Amino acid sequence: MAVEAIGKRMSAAPPVSAPVRLPLTEPEAVRWVLTGAALAFLLFFLVLPFVVVFTEALAKGVGVYVAAITEPDALAAIELTLLTAAVAVPLNLVFGVAAAWAITKFEFHGKSLLITLIDLPFSVSPVISGMVFILLFGLQGWFGPWLAAHGIRIVFAVPGIILATLFVTLPFVARELIPLMQQQGTIQEEAARMLRASGWKTFLRVTLPSIKWGLLYGVVLCTGRAIGEFGAVSVISGHISGLTNTMPLHVEVLYNDYDFAAAFAVASLLTLLALVTLIIRTTLEWRAGIGNWTAEP
Amino acid sequence: MEIQVEDLTKSFGSTVVLDHIELKIREGEFLGLLGPSGSGKTTLLRVLAGLDWPEQGRVLFDGEDILDVPLEQRPVGLVFQHYALFPHMRVFDNVAFGLEVLPRRRRPPKQEIADRVDRLLELVQLEGLADRFPGQLSGGQRQRVALARTLAIEPQLLLLDEPFGALDAKVRIELRRWLRELHDSMGITTVFVTHDQEEALDLADRVAVMNEGHIEQIGTPSQIYEKPKTSFIYDFLGEANKFDCEVEDGVARVGNKALPVGRKMRDGPAVAYVRPHDVVLRRTDDRSRSDDAVLPGEATVRFVSSLGPKAWVELSYEGQLVEAEITREDLAELELSRGKHCRLQLRLPHIFPKQRS
Repeated sequence: MAVEAIGKRMSAAPPVSAPVRLPLTEPEAVRWVLTGAALAFLLFFLVLPFVVVFTEALAKGVGVYVAAITEPDALAAIELTLLTAAVAVPLNLVFGVAAAWAITKFEFHGKSLLITLIDLPFSVSPVISGMVFILLFGLQGWFGPWLAAHGIRIVFAVPGIILATLFVTLPFVARELIPLMQQQGTIQEEAARMLRASGWKTFLRVTLPSIKWGLLYGVVLCTGRAIGEFGAVSVISGHISGLTNTMPLHVEVLYNDYDFAAAFAVASLLTLLALVTLIIRTTLEWRAGIGNWTAEP
Repeated sequence: MEIQVEDLTKSFGSTVVLDHIELKIREGEFLGLLGPSGSGKTTLLRVLAGLDWPEQGRVLFDGEDILDVPLEQRPVGLVFQHYALFPHMRVFDNVAFGLEVLPRRRRPPKQEIADRVDRLLELVQLEGLADRFPGQLSGGQRQRVALARTLAIEPQLLLLDEPFGALDAKVRIELRRWLRELHDSMGITTVFVTHDQEEALDLADRVAVMNEGHIEQIGTPSQIYEKPKTSFIYDFLGEANKFDCEVEDGVARVGNKALPVGRKMRDGPAVAYVRPHDVVLRRTDDRSRSDDAVLPGEATVRFVSSLGPKAWVELSYEGQLVEAEITREDLAELELSRGKHCRLQLRLPHIFPKQRS
């Protein structure tokens, strides 16, 4: 996409008559080679795999495809994945907004520590994140015996999967909002306070509208990751088909069973979800760009 | 409303930004806080607004200490330097904001809000722009929206932070006059902050000149301009030529004149400050009597520029640069050009003790 945009700019650059050469334009050959290389790279690493997923998924016909995604285990996996996202995303939305609000609009001790902590899930391997929860809540873990005594199951069960997903997707909303809100500063909030708006009304009417596109963008990224998360969930779920398998895990199970058509069928659903995410993302970026003209320079 | 500021002190870390400020603002007054950046004027404004708190001192509104009163209960409106309009709201909603966010039992009905917003937009001469977004307005229009938005909450003290700072020169002067008229018709006690001495002197009833966290002088514009108490104020208010002189027994010797400086100034080296338009140029053969202080010797013209009715002459006198602003007629009569000589006379020199730097 980026390549396309650059290409457009290049062809649109010379004005109507005289072939003016812009100071930053390269000779034609260089342009072709560079653009070609970028396109080839895109084709090989993005378009081709994408095509493969769908051809493989439909290789044995539509019947097999439909059967693969409607069999009980697959449906259970889809359901679990959506449930996980439905719980994890709203929680992270609230956390992300609260954290970004606190970090950007107030001064307090331990602020940099909080920022570092928010980034932690980005820097830790997801597998380790999953293991941490096993160490905490597993039978041999810190809270394991107490939980077992009270009949609460976290590890190898849905709560564990949600916890692991929450952990992994924690930074997305906050990370998206912090730079945005930092750039906006606190002047709008001060103006609202001077007009005697309460803190809550200031947030609802002034802060939230000015971050809505960034917020939606963060939510979309967070959702994408919540649906696709493999490592952390894989460690903590226990791979119980029909019970604790999310879609990515289900794909792995099918693949390991040499059931390629079914594996790719479920994988194609994930790919579609990713595509939808991408489309929403692009639309949001476009809308946010449009929205800018109402903003003060 | 009458405002009394007593012993106000505030520091950011080790920097003292407000240094025992004492200030009285009269009912209905239009007061200018003038000072260079970092002099504490904006911080003082923010303390009055309730956005900042001092470490020490009191702020009284009509005799009542308001430092413990949260900002939403203070009868204060603040127009921010860059207006801080809400970019996602139309002009109408920006102006209505202060009314819309009132708790339900104190909020006027929708129709009344609409009527009041219409009246305010009329007042600031922005009828017909209610549906625009701030991004679609010019700087001057934005400033007036910000003002209308603040007036909507009917403040008894109006604070303006660099109200004309972000505007271009022509709009600035127009808005200045307009704002003064608006103030005179409404009578709200108003304090504005500026670093532009011309703006402060032109607009305010009284001007408080701030420097390094304290108020150097407070008075009417003519008091400040004609009788600046410190060399800082003299320097800050405009161009200044400086001539070394000596003070002895309460008298400063400048050229052929002995100027009484009062008992307060101690004997020793001093500096005579003179504005460029108070430097009078004379032909070298002109021996006519004058009330001005005539300097011995001659000055050499180094540069002449004539723009409009005034001419700007740069001279060198005893190795120092002297700037003079004279009329075109005088320039023609003196036949001055580069390299020519003339004599200097000083009108209204201000004597200040020499600063040890």
